Amino acid sequence: MSKSHPTNESEASADTEELSEEASDEQTAKKTKGAHSVVTALEKAEVEITFGVQGGAIMPVYDALADSDIHHVSMAHEQGASHAADAYGIVSGKPGVTITTSGPGATNLVTGIADANLDSDPIVSLTGQVPQDMVGNDAFQETNTMGITSPITKANIFATSPDTVGDDVGTALALAAEGRQGPTLVDLPKNVTTSETEVEPSEPTVPEAYQVPPDEADPHSVEAAAETLAAADRPLILSGGGVIKSEASDQLREFAIEYGIPVVTTMPGLGSFPEDNALALEMGGMHGTGYANMALSHCDVLLGIGTRFDDRLTGGIETFAPEAEVIHVDIDPAEISKNIHADYPLIGDAGAVIEQLHAAMPGEPDAEAWRDRTMEWKATYPMGYETPQDEAVKPQFVVEAMDEAAADDAIVTTGVGQHQMWAAQYWTYTEPRTWVSSNGLGTMGYGAPAAVGAKLAAPDTQVIAFEGDGSFLMTSQAIAPAVRENLDITVAILNNSYVGMIRQWQDAFYDERRYESEWDWGPDFATLAEAYGAQGLRAMGYDEIPEVIEEAFAYDGPSVIDFHVDPVADVYPMVPSGGNNAEFALEADHL
Amino acid sequence: MAGPAPEDREKPTGRRNSQGIRIDPRAEAEAKPRRTVISALVDHKPGVLAKVSGLFARRQFNIESLTVGPTVDETMARMTIVVEEPEPGIEQAKRQLRKQVHTWSVREVEGAIERELALIKVDGHDPSGVAALAEMHGGQAVRADDEVVTVELTGTEAEIDAAIAAFEQFGVHEVARTGTAALASGTRSTA
Repeated sequence: MSKSHPTNESEASADTEELSEEASDEQTAKKTKGAHSVVTALEKAEVEITFGVQGGAIMPVYDALADSDIHHVSMAHEQGASHAADAYGIVSGKPGVTITTSGPGATNLVTGIADANLDSDPIVSLTGQVPQDMVGNDAFQETNTMGITSPITKANIFATSPDTVGDDVGTALALAAEGRQGPTLVDLPKNVTTSETEVEPSEPTVPEAYQVPPDEADPHSVEAAAETLAAADRPLILSGGGVIKSEASDQLREFAIEYGIPVVTTMPGLGSFPEDNALALEMGGMHGTGYANMALSHCDVLLGIGTRFDDRLTGGIETFAPEAEVIHVDIDPAEISKNIHADYPLIGDAGAVIEQLHAAMPGEPDAEAWRDRTMEWKATYPMGYETPQDEAVKPQFVVEAMDEAAADDAIVTTGVGQHQMWAAQYWTYTEPRTWVSSNGLGTMGYGAPAAVGAKLAAPDTQVIAFEGDGSFLMTSQAIAPAVRENLDITVAILNNSYVGMIRQWQDAFYDERRYESEWDWGPDFATLAEAYGAQGLRAMGYDEIPEVIEEAFAYDGPSVIDFHVDPVADVYPMVPSGGNNAEFALEADHL
Repeated sequence: MAGPAPEDREKPTGRRNSQGIRIDPRAEAEAKPRRTVISALVDHKPGVLAKVSGLFARRQFNIESLTVGPTVDETMARMTIVVEEPEPGIEQAKRQLRKQVHTWSVREVEGAIERELALIKVDGHDPSGVAALAEMHGGQAVRADDEVVTVELTGTEAEIDAAIAAFEQFGVHEVARTGTAALASGTRSTA
């Protein structure tokens, strides 16, 4: 196929030679290549930004992209591109798109794709591939991208013809966004993107066989569920990431407040219900609040919406909400009764089903005593920490200080580890799409590249990345594109010179043998930031904190603040892995 | 952090089993594995079989057999999958399979007509004995070579198990089996 290409081009030149200038002649020929169909498909789907890294097999697509209005952001590493696209998807609600090459360009994406898969984030990966006649021959930069990404994508497509490659890209975009969102991929062999075609891509659609989920759940089941909920003595809502993805946060608020039902959120569900509301019990699960976990353990009817009942939330299955009848609202039928048996399965879009439930509620549950109990639990198990001024800064304090200083609608991205948990616990989330994190996969290094994607999705909103020293070191090169794009973001490193969550577990479960968890060999992060061309700041004590935050926020461009915090602060409450939520530990002695 | 220690807290009394089902104290039971035949219509495209087998492998569903072949509609293929799982597992397998973008429909085939084909290479010292036994099992000897006789037979999985056991008296060299193909009985559609 690729061999016929020079001939075609020279024929085209001969035909139009007398009629036009060389430039427009070239344009006519270019517009009909597979690579242009790829770009046209992106334009048709109104993709505005793509993230990626150039490379051999993807060069034709980049060449075609040069003629487009789409803003391409070159990241320093493909993993960063995938996280930036992921964050872009979370914040904007539209698929984030990456363009990378074959081989390492594809394998470096794998972590980001797997991350998006576990969090149901909409991303589309366009990967270069060696020409079809070389596939399977172990060619240079060849890897079986389809095989590698099959288990971690919602769908992946191997493009086989320049006539259909545009539709392949359209399908991938449509599938990533439709129903339960997730990552899709199109593998683009070089001969497909360089060969000519006269076929224009059609409007993006999902494949015919794809099971399009219903908006509304079965009305009889809704009625039965509403009756059970209205009759509950101890009703509880568990609000998951699906509520945010379905834009159902408003409906959820209205519903919970009208019927006086307390709300626990999952980690991806942070922001789906305002944490400053009296009904908010905040995050449940392993590092959830004591009051959220007490409520989960004692409720008699649990309305789970857009949650997959992940093990970090449920703890041991046997002891999860053991007295509750479960109403499970989810758009993915395969999530129903996967981990926790659903007594009332309601398959549909979260917003639509909440409205159905709202309409079907025969009355308000008589739950005043229950609400009082949850308030008592809030008083009995308050979140908190001590701040002796002569000791190292408590990391929780940094989170609260940042929250205090930041705009109300600021977006928080995080890496993974202790700092992530403190950011989840001590920042007050009130709006959806303000928590951007690696919830399911637990990908260290997510925070900095995610801040790049988040800022590009919401240029007028403040973006703050919480990172750990270990986590930041994994993807710190994302500061380079942040500088180049002049993104006004703040990276706050809670630097404890440990991979702290590992150190915490070693102290608790491995006889305090802190093997390979002490990371006192890391770089000076403020200097590193300066080397990238960002503003680098450092805070060693409480007194320096307000000033560095102010400086960072005032700076027009990326700032990195290296907060030196208590190296041995632990994250509590904690439910040990597989443990009973009601038996959360408040200190090491409780474990 | 403040608050009573775990042992000093109020405790719920209920419990769930390992499948996440609330346990009724009067009838506590873990679900028993059940054998069933799942039929699926999928796009007849390269890579679909790999996706489905990969799906079953990584979700640890116990597959007894998986067969795939064309149907009357040449754009589609029918997969017949025999699984043995406790109850929520079977439901999960069906839902995960239906969720694939290349899957058109999935059904558990109840009261199905189930058959598989087996080729059995039997020791050839008594060719007529082998042929007679093959006939008794509804099959036939299809080829006699110098030292072996190859028998072809179709039947349910159990019938073929029984036949192979019977051929052991002559000595069985090799067996190739197709796995189960199934169709719903009567006018009921399979998937």
